[in-house]
Amino acid sequence: MAEATGRYAPADRTTVAKPRRRARNFDVRHLPGFGAVAIFTFFMLYAPILILVVFSFNAAPSQAQWGGFSLQWYEAAFNNRQVREVSIRSLWLALVASGIATTVATLAALGTTRVRRFPGQTMIYALINQPLMVPEIVTGVALLIFFAAIKVQTGYTGMGYLVAAHTAFCIPFAYLPIRARLETMDITLERAAADLYASPFQAFRHVTLPLLVPGIVAGFMLGFVISLDAVVITEFVKSAGQDTLPTYMLGQLRRNITPEMNAIATLFLALSLCIVTAFFLLTRKRG
Amino acid sequence: MAEPRESHRWKWLLCAPALTILVLAASGPLLIVLVYSFLTPGNMGGVIWEFSTEGWFRVFFRRDIFDPADVSLNTAHLTILWRSVWLSLQTTVICAVLGFPTAWFIATRPANTRTVWLFLITIPFWTNLLIRTFAIQELIRNSGTINTLLIWAGVIDAPIQMLFSEFAILLGMAYVFLPLMVLPLYAAMDKLDFRLVEAGYDLYASRLQVLRHVILPLVKPGFIAGSILVFIPSIGAYVTPRVLGGGRTLMLGNLIDLQFGQGRNWPLGAALAITLLVIVVAALLFYLRTLNREEGPRHG
Repeated sequence: MAEATGRYAPADRTTVAKPRRRARNFDVRHLPGFGAVAIFTFFMLYAPILILVVFSFNAAPSQAQWGGFSLQWYEAAFNNRQVREVSIRSLWLALVASGIATTVATLAALGTTRVRRFPGQTMIYALINQPLMVPEIVTGVALLIFFAAIKVQTGYTGMGYLVAAHTAFCIPFAYLPIRARLETMDITLERAAADLYASPFQAFRHVTLPLLVPGIVAGFMLGFVISLDAVVITEFVKSAGQDTLPTYMLGQLRRNITPEMNAIATLFLALSLCIVTAFFLLTRKRG
Repeated sequence: MAEPRESHRWKWLLCAPALTILVLAASGPLLIVLVYSFLTPGNMGGVIWEFSTEGWFRVFFRRDIFDPADVSLNTAHLTILWRSVWLSLQTTVICAVLGFPTAWFIATRPANTRTVWLFLITIPFWTNLLIRTFAIQELIRNSGTINTLLIWAGVIDAPIQMLFSEFAILLGMAYVFLPLMVLPLYAAMDKLDFRLVEAGYDLYASRLQVLRHVILPLVKPGFIAGSILVFIPSIGAYVTPRVLGGGRTLMLGNLIDLQFGQGRNWPLGAALAITLLVIVVAALLFYLRTLNREEGPRHG
C-alpha cells in the first residue's frame, strides 16, 4: 500500500501551479457512491425474493403481517394433486428435452470445433444460436401455427410437440459449454491414442468422451434449468391438460393468490438454486 | 503430423440431428409466420389461403366499420408499439445506471470475494423469470408488502395503485433483466487495465474526468452488449407485462398473443410478430455495426 500511494504523489510540486492533494490511501479503483449503489442494487435484487420465501412460512395469509411460523402452505402444495401433476410433467419434460438437446449438441460441437473452417459453418452457428435471439413470443406463435397444422393432419396431440420445442431452445445452452470444453481440450491425447492403434471410435470412447464429460454435464444442467423455466413457448405449444409448473403458475397468478404460491415458488427456487450452484462449482473447478 | 483429412460430409452428419430439430422447431416455423402474415383470417381463428395485405395494413391503420374506405391511423396499435419501445429504452437506461456501479463494485473486489459477488448476480439470472415477476407482484399489489407496511406506518390511508401500470412493467423489467446488463459490463471491466486509470490520475484528471475519458470509453463494448441484451428481451417481453401490466397496459408481446386468442386474427398477429422480429434484428444489426466501429480502428 505504501508503495502504491507513493506513486500517485506528484513528482515535482514546483512546476505545477496547485497540485490536487491526494489522500494518503488514494485508491484508483474507488469511485465515490458506486459501492452504495451496488449494495442498493444487491438489496433490490434479493429483497423481493427473500420476502417471498419468508412469507411462504407465514401462518397468516398475508404478504406483510407475520402470523407465526407454519408449514401449512407447503402441506397444501403437496396435497394439491394438480401441483404434483404439473411438477412431475415439468421435471420429466426438462429431463427429456435437455437430454436430447445435450446429445445432439455434443455431436454438433464435435462437428464444428477443432476443424478447419468449412463452407456453411456460419450458417450452422446462426441456426444453433437463433433461439437465443428471437423473442420467445415470436417462436411461440410460430410453433402454434406450425404444430396446429400438424395436429390437424396427424391427429397426434401428445407431448412430442413440447419435447421438440423445448429441445430446440435448449440446444444453444447445451452447445456453448460443450464447445468451450472441446476448444480447451488437449488434442495430443487423442493423437497419442491414435498412435497406439486405437480406432477413431475407441479414441473417442476412451479419450475424448471422458475428457468432455464436465462440459456435457454443464450443458445438460443449463438446458435443464432453461427448460424448467420456460413459460412463453410452453404456453403456446401445450395442448389441453399439458400444463407445466410455470404455465400453471402463470394461470394461477390471474386468480386470487394464496401463500401456497409462495411455497411452490420457494421450492422451485430451491431446485434452480441447487442446479445453478452445482453448475457454478463444476465450471469453476475447470478454470 | 498431418491432420487426417476429414471430409465435410462428416461434419454435416454430426450437426444434422441438431440442425433438424432447430429447423423444425425453431427457425423453419418463422418462415411460416411470414407466409401467414399475407393470408386472410379465418372466422374461428386460423387462416384462409387467400393472399391479402390486410394483416400488415392493420398493424398501422384501421378502417371505419361502416365505411371500409375511411382509413385512419390505428392509434391503439401505435400506442402499444411506442410503449414497447419506450419502456424497453427506459429499462435499458435504468439497468445501465444501476448496473455500471454494481459491475464496477464486483470488478474491484479482491479476487477471492469477487467470485461470490459474481455468483450473487448470476443466481437471479438463472432463476425463474416468472417467479421473480411474481415476487414483484406480491410486493406492489394493493394488499402487498409495500402498501400494507405504509398503511401500518400511517404514511398513507388507502393503498397506492402500483400494479397494472406502466410503472409496474418498468419496475418488473428492470428487476428481471438487470443481471443481463451487469454480466457483460463486468466482463469488460475485468479486462480493464487499471494502469490506464492510474495514468489518468497521474495526469491530474479528476475522478469525473477519469470516469468520462478513461473508464467509459474502455468499457463501452460492455455497455453496448449489455444494452442489447436488456433491450431485446424487453421489447419482446410477454410475461412481465401480462402479470404486472394487467389487461389494459399491453406491450407488443401481449398484442400478438391477443390476435391468436380472443382477436382471432392470425394474419395480423403474424404481421405483428414479424414487426417485432424486425425491431430485434435492427437492434442486433445496430449492435454489430457499433461493435465493428469500436473494434475496427484498433485492429487496423
